[in-house]
Amino acid sequence: MAMTAPEIEALLKRAFPDALIELTDTAGDGDHWSARIVSAAFRGKTRVQQHQLVYGAIGPDMGGALHALALQTEVPA
Amino acid sequence: MTTSAPSPVAEHIGELLATHDILLFMKGVPAAPQCGFSQAVVQVMNQLGVRYAAVNVLADDAIREGIKAYSNWPTIPQLYIKGEFIGGCDIVRELFASGELRQLLAQKGLG
Repeated sequence: MAMTAPEIEALLKRAFPDALIELTDTAGDGDHWSARIVSAAFRGKTRVQQHQLVYGAIGPDMGGALHALALQTEVPA
Repeated sequence: MTTSAPSPVAEHIGELLATHDILLFMKGVPAAPQCGFSQAVVQVMNQLGVRYAAVNVLADDAIREGIKAYSNWPTIPQLYIKGEFIGGCDIVRELFASGELRQLLAQKGLG
């Protein structure tokens, strides 16, 4: 089963309470998502570390129930 | 975390990374990627014009799961330069677009 936008957003909000989150259904099939996440939690981290934090927030569903999540992580200006 | 010895697949991955300066773990092969994300990284590599080795994770389930554990990264493709995990599709594209990837390769003497 694919994950819905509210499910993905809830997982991200739990891990990054301060975050600005923009989710886009890139293929229109509810299975390929793009997320822009702006959070102070990313400050001082490499891109790999930032994305690892996001994957950690999604948990074991990443790559499974959540097939595709293109990520753009940013630190608040 | 356990303190047990590395698994055979982790050792195998370590050997692959020690052997190839630029190594891409992907779905399919460069001439015929089986996934759009792997294809996107192949296109970046082609545009860079560097020689690289590729491992088709679809041909080896142990590697497919093992590489995710190795890098603590849940998705394929994964690009490594001199044994260092650089990123997946999004990061590779971002680094290519900004010129950082070319810079990194030059620094490592691979440009």
